Amino acid sequence: MPVLAVFLGLAGGAIVIVISNAASGRGFDLLLPLRAYASMLTGAVTGVDELVRTMSEATPLILAGLSVAVGFKAGLFNIGANGQFLMGALGAGAVGAAVAGWTPWLAIPIALAGGMFFGALYGFIPGALKAWTGAHEVVTTIMLNFIAAALVAFLVTGPLLAPGFSFARTGDVGNAAFPAIGNVAASGHIGILVAFAAVPIIYWLLNRSVLGFEIRMVGANPSAARYAGINPGRLVILTMSLAGMLAGMAGAGQVLGITHFVSASFSTAAGFDAITIALLGRVHPVGVLFAALLFGVMRAGSALMQIQVRVPVEIIDVIQAVILLFLTAEILVRWIFRVRVERAGLEELKTITKTYGQATR
Amino acid sequence: MQPDAESGRDHVVPAAPTSGPEPQVVLEMRGITKRYPGVLANDHIDLELRDGEIHALLGENGAGKSTLMNILYGLVTPDEGEILLNGEPIQIREPSDAIARGISMVHQHFMLVPVFSVADNIQLGQEPMANRVFLDRRAAHERIRALGNAFGFEIDPDAKVETLSVGWQQRVEILKALDRKAEVLVLDEPTAVLTPQETKEIFGVLRRLAAEGHSIIFISHKLYEVMEIADRITVIRRGRVVGTRLPAETNEDDLAELMVGREVELTVDRGESHPTEPALVIRDLRVNDDRGHEAVRGVSLEVRAGEILGIAGVAGNGQNELVQALTGLRRPAAGQVTLGGKDVTGASPRALYDAGLAHVPGDRQEYGLVLSFPIKDNLVLTGYHRSPFRRGFVRDDEAVDAWADKLIGTYDIRTHSGEVAASTLSGGNQQKAVVAREFSRDLKALILDQPTRGLDVGSIEFIHRQAVVKRDQGTAILLVSAELDEVMEISDRIAVMYRGEVVSVVDGRTANREEVGLLMATGRRDVLPETRVMTSE
Repeated sequence: MPVLAVFLGLAGGAIVIVISNAASGRGFDLLLPLRAYASMLTGAVTGVDELVRTMSEATPLILAGLSVAVGFKAGLFNIGANGQFLMGALGAGAVGAAVAGWTPWLAIPIALAGGMFFGALYGFIPGALKAWTGAHEVVTTIMLNFIAAALVAFLVTGPLLAPGFSFARTGDVGNAAFPAIGNVAASGHIGILVAFAAVPIIYWLLNRSVLGFEIRMVGANPSAARYAGINPGRLVILTMSLAGMLAGMAGAGQVLGITHFVSASFSTAAGFDAITIALLGRVHPVGVLFAALLFGVMRAGSALMQIQVRVPVEIIDVIQAVILLFLTAEILVRWIFRVRVERAGLEELKTITKTYGQATR
Repeated sequence: MQPDAESGRDHVVPAAPTSGPEPQVVLEMRGITKRYPGVLANDHIDLELRDGEIHALLGENGAGKSTLMNILYGLVTPDEGEILLNGEPIQIREPSDAIARGISMVHQHFMLVPVFSVADNIQLGQEPMANRVFLDRRAAHERIRALGNAFGFEIDPDAKVETLSVGWQQRVEILKALDRKAEVLVLDEPTAVLTPQETKEIFGVLRRLAAEGHSIIFISHKLYEVMEIADRITVIRRGRVVGTRLPAETNEDDLAELMVGREVELTVDRGESHPTEPALVIRDLRVNDDRGHEAVRGVSLEVRAGEILGIAGVAGNGQNELVQALTGLRRPAAGQVTLGGKDVTGASPRALYDAGLAHVPGDRQEYGLVLSFPIKDNLVLTGYHRSPFRRGFVRDDEAVDAWADKLIGTYDIRTHSGEVAASTLSGGNQQKAVVAREFSRDLKALILDQPTRGLDVGSIEFIHRQAVVKRDQGTAILLVSAELDEVMEISDRIAVMYRGEVVSVVDGRTANREEVGLLMATGRRDVLPETRVMTSE
């Protein structure tokens, strides 16, 4: 099913490519999409630099995707991955700047931990609100996303402002920066390894640990989980904090690995892409990995595509949007491909309708 | 129309004689076969339904009766076989085909919209239109009222379905079927949710329908009901017809043996109980329901170690809230509960588990199991947090596997692997899994809530026997059941709950069924209930 959704996403993108190309006066070129995609692929995987760039683009998406996926496993819809990403980035940037002079062996872990902590804190807030008042995480996390963006601007222009720069930004993270991998142009960094390592760790957590068992039980059947002795409030808080931590790691990775500081206008859409990625990966850590890599390919390769065949990079937004559409409107996919499926569709989306308005007491 | 005369459990109603010429066969299913991966659900089944007959289809859960009826109703297509209506072969590809031909089904799980009125529910799908745009409410109301009166009950088309008692919701479902001009009516376990009184009344309605020329297929696994209402009984076992009987020439033991394939103990020998000191003591317990009203109004009970105390009562008299308060799923408003001398009032489910209390919940699919999880995980659902199933932060998968194998073997849970999802188990085996899990430890007290709901004769026998075993091991057992026969069969003492209070506690061995039934329905011993007119609850 995800494969079909991707295929349809590419098809949708192809249609837009052809039409917009014709509309801009360059004629009706039906083969343009194929050339565009080929070029994108070339820019993403043919060569070490390209591969490193792809993985670097995928890194925040893997972590943010895991964040959303972990939430789904517990029946929670973590739309706040974006805000948690920003807080993690800010945390890593601030802590990094503070320990910039220390030895890297200390500075790096501490700065990363700073990012994880603030991300977790930003996940804790909606988790606690849900556990104590029943406030639905969809609403609270969306609001917190806005707050996070404003907080970044406020703090970076205020308490965290580093003097001597021509624009508002935090200090350089110095020794807390992630060591680079490969050529400078490829912007690879060890954050890539952190992201890849997170996949088996989260898999193990969900499937082999006691906490993971509890998380999955709450997601699969909250009534049975209560009956089985699980304190649902405690679990919601833990899960949202964990999800926040993962998204925070994504943000920390961007700051410590690529930008090395946080500007007042630092922003991202990784948290929202993460939702598509989590669904595309069927809420499974390994699926998330592959989905994130797919998106990484698109992001990394689109620059070359724009240069070579003059198709604007924004087309990948179209492709991603169509993929998400077909993932959620599974019934459309089944109708198009005449796939007869006995079981019900996307289990993950049931969490939205099922959990709305329920306080965990 | 007068309600039917009282018929007790032992009174066998003779088959309604169809006087005159050879009875017409209105529906025939020939050689119906349906295969699912790994199981032959229907194996060349032949079924014949005569005009004006009430024909019971009897079988255990998973025997194939629902599949057969789903084929008739167009929800499932058979692999082989044919269906003849009035002698003519017909094709039923979907429910609308069946409905168009006058075949209607009333499902076990009601398909009513709770917030809609009776009229809206009945009209749904075939609304009469005025001017092609607006619903013609008045025409629908007239029709529904007339229909209800024709069958002997007054119905208020505007009543919201969610305010109706289960018995009346059942009537609405039947009216829905009749409104579609059904000639053949299929009822799937219609009495599963009815009180003894309501059951009598529905039987009256059914006899009336049959007398007026409707033909009825009555699916059930309840032996005494089938003996009472059916003109003919067809027994299905493991996908095949194993016999068709007239009630006059058979009895419950014979039918049970046909259903299960071996002799079945219909009443478990509960032997003598040797109760010792009180293990579960409830003092003046008060519990509120979701709307804040008092559902349990000062209940005091003592369950002694080594006895089964059964709570009899019509569903909705506070039993749910009582069980929830005793099992940590709802905070009591006042009162005290002690387990083995220790105060556990308002304790969490986890604390109660650790204190030696086990709970078999009334809704096994909602509370007792996680259907999407493997069976083996379900078998440690309440105990996963203790060793040997965990080693610190990590689960001990090997220990879980070993435990699951042991339980599957001991309790004969029919599955070929503990790895598959619990949803693949039949209802009886799902309940066995819950029972296996909760019974397999040292317990001070055990709370059984509707432990055999929806189960077949074989599973019921099994669970009752296990409960007696547990009792003899010294566990204090509190049994809550809306099934009066179950309570009477295995309880050493019986407490009757009515409107949130315990109105009487009697000895289980000497209790009089009629008297207990009256206590359940009215809270008193001497008044006959009046339920001819529709009432909202």
